[in-house]
Amino acid sequence: MNSFKRNLQEILKYPSAIAGSLIILLLVIVAGIVLATIPYSEAIRLWRGGEEVWYANPQYAPPAWINYFRKEKLPVSFSLDSLETDGEKIVTTFEDVDGTTSRTNITYTFDFQADVVPQEMSLYFDAVYVSKQPFVSIKWITPDGRELRVGDFGVDKRMTYRLSQDEKLKRRLGGVVPMVGLFADPNSETGVPLKGTYQLVLESVSFEKDSSIHAEFVFFGQVFGLAGTDHLRRDLTLPLLYGVPIALAFGLLAALGTSVLTMIIAAIGAWYGGWVDELIQRITEVNLVLPFLSILIMVGTFYSRSIWTILGVTVLLSIFTGGIKGFRAIFLQVKESAYIEAARAYGSSDIRVIFKYLIPRMIPLLIPGLVSSVPAFVFLEASLAILGLGDPVLPTWGKIINDAQTNAALYKGLYYWVLEPAVLLMITGLGFAMLGFALDRIFNPRLRGI
Amino acid sequence: MTDKQRDVLLSIQDLHVWFELRRFGFGHAGYVKAVDGVTFDLHFGETIAIVGESGCGKSSLMKTILGLNKPTKGKVIFENLDVGALSGEALRQYRAHIGYVQQDPFGALAPFMNVQQILEEPLLINGVKDAAERERRVRKVMEEVKLTPVDDFLHKFPHMLSGGQQQRVVIARAIILEPKLVVADEPVSMLDASVRVEILKLLRGLQEKYHMAVIYITHDLSTVRYFSERVFVMYAGNVVEKAPVNSIVHNPKHPYTAALMDATSDPDANNALTMRELPPGEPPSLVNPPPGCRFHPRCPKRIENLCEVEEPYDLQADDHLVSCWLYK
Repeated sequence: MNSFKRNLQEILKYPSAIAGSLIILLLVIVAGIVLATIPYSEAIRLWRGGEEVWYANPQYAPPAWINYFRKEKLPVSFSLDSLETDGEKIVTTFEDVDGTTSRTNITYTFDFQADVVPQEMSLYFDAVYVSKQPFVSIKWITPDGRELRVGDFGVDKRMTYRLSQDEKLKRRLGGVVPMVGLFADPNSETGVPLKGTYQLVLESVSFEKDSSIHAEFVFFGQVFGLAGTDHLRRDLTLPLLYGVPIALAFGLLAALGTSVLTMIIAAIGAWYGGWVDELIQRITEVNLVLPFLSILIMVGTFYSRSIWTILGVTVLLSIFTGGIKGFRAIFLQVKESAYIEAARAYGSSDIRVIFKYLIPRMIPLLIPGLVSSVPAFVFLEASLAILGLGDPVLPTWGKIINDAQTNAALYKGLYYWVLEPAVLLMITGLGFAMLGFALDRIFNPRLRGI
Repeated sequence: MTDKQRDVLLSIQDLHVWFELRRFGFGHAGYVKAVDGVTFDLHFGETIAIVGESGCGKSSLMKTILGLNKPTKGKVIFENLDVGALSGEALRQYRAHIGYVQQDPFGALAPFMNVQQILEEPLLINGVKDAAERERRVRKVMEEVKLTPVDDFLHKFPHMLSGGQQQRVVIARAIILEPKLVVADEPVSMLDASVRVEILKLLRGLQEKYHMAVIYITHDLSTVRYFSERVFVMYAGNVVEKAPVNSIVHNPKHPYTAALMDATSDPDANNALTMRELPPGEPPSLVNPPPGCRFHPRCPKRIENLCEVEEPYDLQADDHLVSCWLYK
């Protein structure tokens, strides 16, 4: 194994191999952290969760960092919950009037510096009472000191109030859409939003002894977080991060399974020859003309879309391909070498010759091929997901692109939705390809001159 | 020598090894008659040399003795065991009784194993399960072949050894199971002239120490006398002359042997000036060998109307057995 060590040291001479190794290492670290911090069940719950999990996120929001590349800054989403009084952004005061009646005032303060109005602002109320509803009146205070009455209403136990859907508010603002009306600069004719510190004040009155009221204020901006959101308000960082271990696992397992099984089967065919070899060769030739993707689509459509089923079928279909011919050609050569004749002369069994003498000889050839074939399998898994044949429960990169496609992301100009998973796929492919090419040169010195 | 030692270890009886030629992968297109009627006995502890030019069938004969080829006709009897009839596990066990020293020492050693692994393989395969016992035997055999100090060599890979050292490893592997018969297929032809004699002396020493029978296969008559008691000369699948080593060197009977002797280069300054008379022509095709005596197209002493018609058989000439009509 000394030569093996030497070969690994030689990798350091290839900058592309170092870069590729670093990319792979980074992906592996990310995958490890993701699996350690987000348990599988939690990831599935979040990914499959609907409005109740993701209500606080805007829909179709690009990532927040695109503001760095824009002249017109987009508002960033956030939420303020009165349960988490922090003394600055959320101020809650409570005043007991006469034992049964009490007043609760909640003031949300936030800084607004964007050039575009938000998608929406909502209040999620959580009131405790027996029969008499608390009453709330809402005020909007702009940076230039104007006070606007937003609404007055009794609060249900759990209730959502969406400012943009309040027709009364719209009329009060003179027929302007509430989001524009609330943020508009009165001195500007074009209706650009006024920048500065806004306040939303909730003044509520409760009419029962133990009655209380809480409200979460959610500001649905135009951009969200590191990766943006999709049509179901889901944070895309989840599938992007969780896609790393899934893509790596699928790619590596498929590549490893395919290469190792291909080599073993080729070795068996080459060693025994005769009808065994014929059978393997004929199966390979038949399999070579069968449409690979179509079979996978059929399996996905009629049998199961579980990632393990797809992995198994992929490996099975990839074993009997050109690789088996290539390996066989070399095995036929190695089979005749003197050390194998010697092994037979001191009584090695066929199985021992195959696994102890034929296959170890091939490992240097196997490794570069294995590494180079990983991206193909990563892309395959993504392609199946894009075609709608991905695992139905797992958050993966291909799934994101599939969602983006069905929601006409590119037509709507939501490039981030397609580009984020695509870039990750490309980086993964690039990492393995760069390492694979360098390994190929190291393990097959004949290529070095080319 | 005791009677036991003169008992027959290996008996080859009218052995034919033919390889079928196929046309387009299935149609029959004749046979390559690599070994065509060879008979001899090998006794316990005896060394014989089989001499002949490339393609005369000596390697096929050897592989048949090792059980790697199946005899087409005739028998190979090893200690009352019919080798041709063995198969599966019995054949595997039989092979372990015979040591095999190959021509190309580098090719004969698996490049991905170190010396210890290489030498342990025959022991592992033949049921030596105890690791300490294996190591003890590996060390012992390495001392026998003078790969010393043992610890320096134990973990080396074949490419780190010189040709002579590699051949010592091959010899060590061949004798580690203490076989009764060692087949050495041109063991020194790929080595530097400087180490040839050493390797041959080593083999000779081991043969004497363990009382192994050795079949030494070579095309080089000059190395034969280090070794063997009897010499068999092969030509086109037949053994044409069997003789004790001393008498064959000084008094070859068969015209082919005589020609081989002439072609042998002794390191003698006088030889530089003498022209050698080599037999004209090429060795015959083994698919369609010439009728009668196979050597007759090249033979300088051909007897017309006899040699090309009738096949000669073993004829006694002094202490030689010669298959040549000259000695009728």
